[in-house]
Amino acid sequence: MPVLELRDVSKSFGALKVAQGISFAVENGEALGIIGPNGAGKSTLFNLITGNVTLDAGSITFDGNDVTRAAPMKRCAAGLGRTFQIPQPFSKLTVFENLLVAAGFGSSATETEAVGRCADILVETGLVEKANATAGSLSLLQRKRLELARALATDPKLLLLDEIAGGLTQGECAALVNTIRAIHARGVSIIWIEHVLHALNSVVERLLVLDFGKVIGIGAPDEIMASKDVREIYLGIEV
Amino acid sequence: MPQWGIETKTRASRAFLSVAAIVVAAGIAAPLFLSRSTIQDLFFILTMLVLAQCWNLLAGYAGLVSVGQQAFVGFGAYAMFACVSLAGFDPLIAIVLGGVAATLLSLPLGFFVFRLQGAYFAIGTWVVAEVVRLLLAQWRALGGGTGTSLPNTATRDMWAARLVADLLGVRSAQALDILTYWLALLLACLTMGFIYWLLRTRQGLGLAAIRDNQEAARSVGVDAASLKWAVYVSVAFVTGVCGALIYVQKARISPDAAFSVIDWTAYVIFIVVIGGIGTLEGPIVGVIVFFLLQNTLADYGSWYLLVLGLIGIGVMLFAPRGLWGLFTDRTGIQFFPVRRRLVKRQEDASTDALQGGRDG
Ligand SMILES: Nc1ncnc2c1ncn2[C@@H]1O[C@H](COP(=O)(O)OP(=O)(O)OP(=O)(O)O)[C@@H](O)[C@H]1O
Ligand SMILES: [Mg+2]
Repeated sequence: MPVLELRDVSKSFGALKVAQGISFAVENGEALGIIGPNGAGKSTLFNLITGNVTLDAGSITFDGNDVTRAAPMKRCAAGLGRTFQIPQPFSKLTVFENLLVAAGFGSSATETEAVGRCADILVETGLVEKANATAGSLSLLQRKRLELARALATDPKLLLLDEIAGGLTQGECAALVNTIRAIHARGVSIIWIEHVLHALNSVVERLLVLDFGKVIGIGAPDEIMASKDVREIYLGIEV
Repeated sequence: MPQWGIETKTRASRAFLSVAAIVVAAGIAAPLFLSRSTIQDLFFILTMLVLAQCWNLLAGYAGLVSVGQQAFVGFGAYAMFACVSLAGFDPLIAIVLGGVAATLLSLPLGFFVFRLQGAYFAIGTWVVAEVVRLLLAQWRALGGGTGTSLPNTATRDMWAARLVADLLGVRSAQALDILTYWLALLLACLTMGFIYWLLRTRQGLGLAAIRDNQEAARSVGVDAASLKWAVYVSVAFVTGVCGALIYVQKARISPDAAFSVIDWTAYVIFIVVIGGIGTLEGPIVGVIVFFLLQNTLADYGSWYLLVLGLIGIGVMLFAPRGLWGLFTDRTGIQFFPVRRRLVKRQEDASTDALQGGRDG
């Protein structure tokens, strides 16, 4: 059974059609990559899936339940975790408290369980040294890690990652890929939007290409990267 | 294997706890050695502190910038008057009923203003407060637009006031002042205790998350709408109780005074802003500064408001986190710490705070 299924999802901002009849499914335990040029509607697609933006038409099923009209908090509680492309930390709270909010409200952990879990996630994402620093004092890189850590703290079944590898050095990028692989290996399904293709392709099993709010290809990474349409769209962007 | 744990207390907060206990004990004993006018001043300070803490919770934590809290002060006060003058209740019970009435009022008002965003929310709260004032000004039995007084006998015959009079050997008017002062002290302690408790619960952490970033908070499962409602309604209750208490002490009410936006909201906002919004300590500092300013400038008439405004703007520009923020940024001292610090508990049971935190 697919963990997530979109059927004919459409959305416009005024005259701008950012999603046009998008349909696809993510199997349980799968990792799906999403690529597409700037402004293609990738982040908006995430916002539609999480409910931060309401759709105009279509339906979304998550874990067997119709969540088309469900509030973001309901979808989170059902097991949908996300990162924001532009980090949205709770800046006056500490890094640890950021995770505590997520574990306390987004997961079913008891308060004592939550403490241990959050600490473990901080270790895994390399933020434990900053645990008691305010999130507002973090560098951009650390904020991106915090996005990942906070999403993990909600104990997601499906994790939506929006461009978390941009601007990393090679070493940092390799470390991030390892972390995401480990999360995936625990059985968490993943949808990952990323421009850094080598990182993306070393994790995902399928790629989806989005352009002008339309799905123009979905399939194994090799096939997708070999297709003419995709090469055209990605001309000038690293392959 | 390290064992992880949470720590919230700090050395300063432990020391403060004993200081607070002494201050409260001195506060209880104050009527024994302070003059009647000083007790009246303290009553004013304490009730303003309660209103400021309420507004701080509302605006500083739930992000609900209301300029219509006078609706609940006035409604609580009028409900108390109705219970005492028309239904013959004991004023002590009527104070609580004033809070209940304000809570009931907050449901329809909230239903309306929660549909409004940002500046419209603020304007909406003010408009509905005016509507409530105009409606109550029609109530002939309570003096209509000119207002009315509490029956003398009602306050004099109150069993609690008689008890105070007998106990301290004072006349009934003074006994009423002492009684209302003690009630204000109790209300201030309960209000601050409640808010501090709330901020340290899971819901309090959710509120802080909403304050920082509502969109992200919703995405990690925080029910922002329900939390805001809960804060709005409980603040209405406390504000209503406080309004009723203030008017038991004043014993005279009119719509213009009970629903005064200046007295019950503008001054309160001033107190929170100069003291430091989003902290429990801020309103305490703010109310003391406000009281001192009011006493020094009392003889200057309208200059007083002008100076208050200038100070408020000055603080907003140069110390946006208020006087307490200025102090705590320099010293790291907090009396009511809410930070949940992650600590590593080693095998030998010593705790080892991780780096990065600076609140000592
Ligand atoms: N809330 C909004 N209101 C109006 N327009 C919006 C809104 N959000 C996004 N857009 C527009 O929708 C289009 C798609 O934006 P989106 O952020 O989804 O693109 P993207 O594929 O994530 O791009 P990038 O690779 O730059 O992150 C853009 O033109 C953007 O300006
Ligand atoms: Mg994007």
